[in-house]
Amino acid sequence: MSSPALIANSDSLREAFGKALSKLGDEFPSLVVLDADIAGGTGVHHFRKSHPERLIQFGIAEQNMMAAAGGLAAVGLLPVVTTFAVFCLRAIEQARLSLCYARRNAKIVASHPGLDVGPDGGSAQALEDLAAFRAIPGMTVISPADPIEMALATRAILEFDGPVYMRTGRSPCPRIFGDDHNFEIGKGRILRDGSDLTIIACGTEVARALTAADLLKEDGISARVVNMATIKPLDTNLVARCARETGAIVTAEDHNIHGGLGGAVAEALVSTVPCPVEFVGVKDVFGASGEPEELAYAFEISAPFIAAAARRVLKRKK
Amino acid sequence: MHPNLKVTAPATGIDLANQLAQAAAFVRRHAVASIYHAGSGHPGGALSSADLLACLYGAEMNVWPASISDPLRDRFVLSKGHAAPALYAVGAYYGFCDKKAALSLRKLNSPFQGHPHVLDLPFVESSTGSLGQGFSVAIGMALGLKLQKIPARVYTLLGDGELQEGEVWEAAMSGAHHKLDNLCVLIDYNKLQSDNSNDAIMRLEPLADKWRAFGWAVAEIDGHDIAAILETFRRAGATTGKPTVIIAHTIKGKGVPYMENIPAWHGSVKFTRAQAEEAIKALGAGDAEMKELLDV
Repeated sequence: MSSPALIANSDSLREAFGKALSKLGDEFPSLVVLDADIAGGTGVHHFRKSHPERLIQFGIAEQNMMAAAGGLAAVGLLPVVTTFAVFCLRAIEQARLSLCYARRNAKIVASHPGLDVGPDGGSAQALEDLAAFRAIPGMTVISPADPIEMALATRAILEFDGPVYMRTGRSPCPRIFGDDHNFEIGKGRILRDGSDLTIIACGTEVARALTAADLLKEDGISARVVNMATIKPLDTNLVARCARETGAIVTAEDHNIHGGLGGAVAEALVSTVPCPVEFVGVKDVFGASGEPEELAYAFEISAPFIAAAARRVLKRKK
Repeated sequence: MHPNLKVTAPATGIDLANQLAQAAAFVRRHAVASIYHAGSGHPGGALSSADLLACLYGAEMNVWPASISDPLRDRFVLSKGHAAPALYAVGAYYGFCDKKAALSLRKLNSPFQGHPHVLDLPFVESSTGSLGQGFSVAIGMALGLKLQKIPARVYTLLGDGELQEGEVWEAAMSGAHHKLDNLCVLIDYNKLQSDNSNDAIMRLEPLADKWRAFGWAVAEIDGHDIAAILETFRRAGATTGKPTVIIAHTIKGKGVPYMENIPAWHGSVKFTRAQAEEAIKALGAGDAEMKELLDV
């Protein structure tokens, strides 16, 4: 399996989402996009330009917007709620009751997750969203890795019947995939094969995981890299297979180490193929201002730290 | 005209009002009975909202059992979800669900949960129980119907204590901003909430001024005056360019002397058999109906 080449300076995930949504507008005539005065921030200004009559403005009032999506879905429309990830947390109880409990076909697309937010600082960097939304029954949780995958995932969530929480991202995101990439909700994908351990990553950590695998290769360590774009429902079969075939796992996410991708993978492993696991993520602290790459280094989620976690997990491997 | 109404032609306003008053009385009796069987629940606000619900389902909305999945139907969202016993009772009266089955309120495996759930009962339009959310859902419904040019109307019933939720005022802003004249909010203004009076807990007045300032058409009525409720619905339906709020002044525990205006009967209440009998008798049940409601 060849290693995908990273192409720098491509779109951010939010831009890729907004452009994809705009392209899909005609194909999904019932699609309506809900905005809380940050269309330019979430990328849906592209949709506003192409389909102004279907961009519904809710003002800076996310609780009302989230629950109103349930009402829009109830009368036959396909609502996509868009705001920053922290404000999705603000309205999580509305997502729980009026979307998930009521089993509405509504989507939540959250921009500005994790340290990737950068200079806005700790208050704006949602490091808890994957854990929180994963805990709601019936919620599907997705975090695509690059602009190509984001465009495919945008179509996939519109075709999918049920509530979805999907992360985009604020900062420019390296391109990982080619135009032949496939995306399927609930399926992880091996991006690079390896035999000594597996790095399972999601979102913007996937590119860093690939870089980490390069660093490990220089030391003669063969690391498999898995893109786990769907955190829930988790591709448990793939997780178990990686544990069986490589015997050690590292998880990597721009999220608290508690409850997100790492938690989901660990839950899957203890009930299938228990093996040593190391978690790369933000260590149960809040973020801070800085550029995303500076923050990734400062909070120890950049490629060298993934590689270091790989070396640690290999020492624990029997 | 509602097909379930047994109107003797020619129907006069008095005939209709009498029929709706009978429906409301049944709603109260059934709600008390179901809360008695459940061993818990919220009787006060169920009794105060019974006339509003009877008027909605018995006269105002174009919804009946055969039309419950018709896209053109009017929608009702019980935003004060803890008044579920009253919703189930009005549903039972107008044939949306079985009267006896609805007495299984709050029991394991019953679709009549403590708060309404859209997946449990076909005539429940949204899952509620977290205050404020039903109003927002109704906003979304009204917006979505307008976008699709469906002429149906949307109604939602809020409690007065519920108005303390910030989300209510987010929703109020959005309803006026989007000119949702297909939306009618009813406030069951019984002046009491869980622990005490609204005034003691968190003052709501001047309530009508607040809604007017938010851009709504405001009507203030006696929420137990059926003719006034029907007339206000008619005016709300004729109002264009803005949504209507009906501030319905009501009496918590209406119809049961020992409950009226006593906050302790908000909930969560466990009736003794004697209390349930006294209440249902005060609400006009004969011996046969008493047996039917209590000996199941």
